[in-house]
Amino acid sequence: MNQNEQEKTNQAVGKQTIRFACPPAILSRASIVGDMEGQGPLASYFDQIEPDPAFGMDSWEEGESEMVRRAVQTAITKSGIAKENIRYIFGGDLLGQLIGSTFGLKDFQIPIFGLYGACSTCGEALSLAAMTVNAGYASHVIAVTSSHFGGAEKQFRFPLEYGNQRPLSSTWTVTGSGAFLVSATSPDQPMKEYPRITSVTTGKIVDYGVRDNMNMGACMAPAAADVIYQCLEDLAVKPSHFDKIITGDLGKVGSEILIKLLRDNDYDIEKQHMDCGVCIFDNEEQDTHSGGSGCGCAAVTLAGYILHQLESNEWKRVLFVPTGALLSTVSFNEGQTIPGVAHAVVIEHIE
Amino acid sequence: MKVKQNDQEYNRYVEAITPKHSCFKNCLHAFLVGGCICLLGQVIFNVCTTQFHYEEADAMSVCSILLVFLSVLLTGLNLYKPLAKYGGAGALVPITGFANSVAAPTIEYKKEGEVFGKGVKVFTIAGPVILFGVVVSFVAGFIYWIFKLL
Repeated sequence: MNQNEQEKTNQAVGKQTIRFACPPAILSRASIVGDMEGQGPLASYFDQIEPDPAFGMDSWEEGESEMVRRAVQTAITKSGIAKENIRYIFGGDLLGQLIGSTFGLKDFQIPIFGLYGACSTCGEALSLAAMTVNAGYASHVIAVTSSHFGGAEKQFRFPLEYGNQRPLSSTWTVTGSGAFLVSATSPDQPMKEYPRITSVTTGKIVDYGVRDNMNMGACMAPAAADVIYQCLEDLAVKPSHFDKIITGDLGKVGSEILIKLLRDNDYDIEKQHMDCGVCIFDNEEQDTHSGGSGCGCAAVTLAGYILHQLESNEWKRVLFVPTGALLSTVSFNEGQTIPGVAHAVVIEHIE
Repeated sequence: MKVKQNDQEYNRYVEAITPKHSCFKNCLHAFLVGGCICLLGQVIFNVCTTQFHYEEADAMSVCSILLVFLSVLLTGLNLYKPLAKYGGAGALVPITGFANSVAAPTIEYKKEGEVFGKGVKVFTIAGPVILFGVVVSFVAGFIYWIFKLL
């Protein structure tokens, strides 16, 4: 093997991690959210807050597509890259057969990979986007995910106007779409001014036998713990290596479980840990119970708040871990368990 | 991971740390809201019989119709949901809860068309109540009939 080849094969480290030889840059980011998110503590970080829950369309689903379209368009416009130079889109949402992404992305006429990782899709999309540009298959690609409160409630729970009581462990699906333009770098053009994806750890499906669909945090926490543990092992670092370890939508209940599970495995992440679901809403004011959830939750928090913190040098290095609960109404009604999956993405500001 | 709990242990642990609504508070709210709805029904009934001199059966029909109408109106204005959130079973058990469970899917599935949207989905929540209501009435009627024969 010559040196070049050796360098390439060495990018696979440990069991589940890839450390990129040329860490891809996140050239631009866009976050479009609904009214409820616009009243939350992160409001000032979002690109667009839309008061109309249907985003000017006729239904929640069409509204979600419009939100996706705006997110991608905003990311493209902000980057200054011509649409023709974007080779692929990696995108997904929560609606059946990905109709949110389909109708939002069809008019861009960019080759597309439709992804489903439940609420972990943002991590999955970013991982594949980074792998693609690092491998040299494209110079610029887009990763995008979305979720809509109305659409998710309609699909997974009850019609919106139906009166019922939500358990305290339940979460509130975020109406939002986050898009990222991921670009290739090279030693000559390292693009140091942008946040870079330095490594990704892909998660396994983890099932601890939880069956309560109103306690998603408990379903997903083991998957998050598993992938964070593996990431730390593979990279041979301690939690303090990161300024923040950020999970997607474990909520209050799931966060407590995650910290406990990792503590059982000799990693204490309490100091570094934050959860997008916990910080996107003000639980006291907005009565969202365990916190926010959905593909959009992690995506808009990353696009709005986390990347802002990295760009402004508040944080140097974060471990971003969106978490997904793998269920459908059929699997749930037929009494199956709710397994979880989570994907870890290391994003840092390299000097 | 090195250390893993087994499923049973994990589920027990989750159960222990998951916060729950207070049962006493829920019962109290249900009593208040359910009581108010029933009081309103009684007021309608009394007004019908004393002021308008309706027959008792007619007054009951008027009472049901008005309560169902009010519930559907509140559902359309998205006001029934907060009432049910506060009142729980107190808002769901009276006839108003039934009306809400019929009106809500109709609004939600309007976009999917008259037949396959509203038509098919209208009883998605209330359907089981109707089905089992009919079955139980049949059984009760049958038992009543047997007793009458004896």
